[in-house]
Amino acid sequence: MSEQSPLMEYKDYYQILGLQRDAKQDEIKRAYRKLARKYHPDVSKEEGAEDRFKEVSEAYEVLKDPEKRAAYDQLGSGYRAGQDFRPPPNWDQGFEFHGGGYTEADPEAFSDFFESLFGRAGFAHGFGGGQRRQYHAQGENTHARIAIDLEDSYRGATRQITLKYSELGEDGRPRVRERKLNVKIPKGVTEGQQIRLAGQGQPGIGEGKPGDLYLEITFNPHPLYEVDGKTVYLTLPVAPWEAALGARIQVPTPEGQVHLTIPANSQSGGKLRLRGRGIPAREPGDLFVVLKLVAPPASTEAEKAAYQAFREAFDFNPRSGLGG
Amino acid sequence: MVRKHAAEVSGTLLDEERLLTLSELCRACQLPAEEIMALVEEGVIEPAQEQPAQWHFSAVCIRRVRRVRTLKRDLGVNLAGAALAVELLEEIERLRARLQRLERER
Repeated sequence: MSEQSPLMEYKDYYQILGLQRDAKQDEIKRAYRKLARKYHPDVSKEEGAEDRFKEVSEAYEVLKDPEKRAAYDQLGSGYRAGQDFRPPPNWDQGFEFHGGGYTEADPEAFSDFFESLFGRAGFAHGFGGGQRRQYHAQGENTHARIAIDLEDSYRGATRQITLKYSELGEDGRPRVRERKLNVKIPKGVTEGQQIRLAGQGQPGIGEGKPGDLYLEITFNPHPLYEVDGKTVYLTLPVAPWEAALGARIQVPTPEGQVHLTIPANSQSGGKLRLRGRGIPAREPGDLFVVLKLVAPPASTEAEKAAYQAFREAFDFNPRSGLGG
Repeated sequence: MVRKHAAEVSGTLLDEERLLTLSELCRACQLPAEEIMALVEEGVIEPAQEQPAQWHFSAVCIRRVRRVRTLKRDLGVNLAGAALAVELLEEIERLRARLQRLERER
């Protein structure tokens, strides 16, 4: 490359893994494994875990390989993390990176810093080689998640999803592009189900067909409802007299308001089932209304008198179960 | 290559009743049949029938298979370890969902 490389942020891979520059290979592995278990997006629900995991993987990708590590080390230790950095010309001269591509991990996840030093595997494989003539292969399947609202599952909907993919630019450098798809969400979908979109995955090579796109359904948190499979739960606050005397109450459901009869002497936590009012899957789920007794505070004299009358009317010890 | 923007597409819903054959599952996860069979042997995924030729899998298996694969690759665990991790993770997910529900009911 005769052109000057672009400026970018220097990444301190040792610092990312919490290591000294003279760390032994087995220390590097140990540090990576520990951090990977902590931040793996399948394992961690911590915010920012995914970014942290990518950073850690990138650092390990370089430091685990003695060749890459040596090349990285000779950039010098004079840089601070985040400092402006420009790879010196022919910085990698004299180094030979073995093993075909530079990395087996997902190359799109890595930083510009990594990319400028070590390149990207996907392109090394896909466009380098050139040994097989007339090579055809089906494009890779891609997997993504789509977050929908509970109402989308009740009614069916069309939702837009933005997908990232990489493409070779005119300068031969890969870049990440976005494309948008409007996806039909069929009525009755539940969390964890997949929608397969034929031909929407990676493009094929040669005359190979494109791969498929698999979308995993997840639900956005709902202000009113909880969802478990095709069962939907609504917590319904009720006054003590409504629970004791029974009542007819207007209740929201994802399909609109319904009138619900609360039987007399209902308890907090009691469940009322509205059969078939859960998610309208092939076998529709149920909607459970969970009662939650809410007692009003006594502020005025009249309210206090009401509670006193309450106390006198009942021979009730709520703590009888405590052995008292 | 130009892709049309915001084309409307509708796909196939893979619900509990839409079962996948062994080859469909292999294609969906892009794994050779041997690896899927190893996952069945480990009890990570359960086919509906006994004989591999008649195996059918619920589409929920796609997620499990992919998770096992990334855990193996990223954390260096073996198949048994990844299988254990996936089961524990799913248990945590169930408990989290239940906890969320109970917290709302309180």
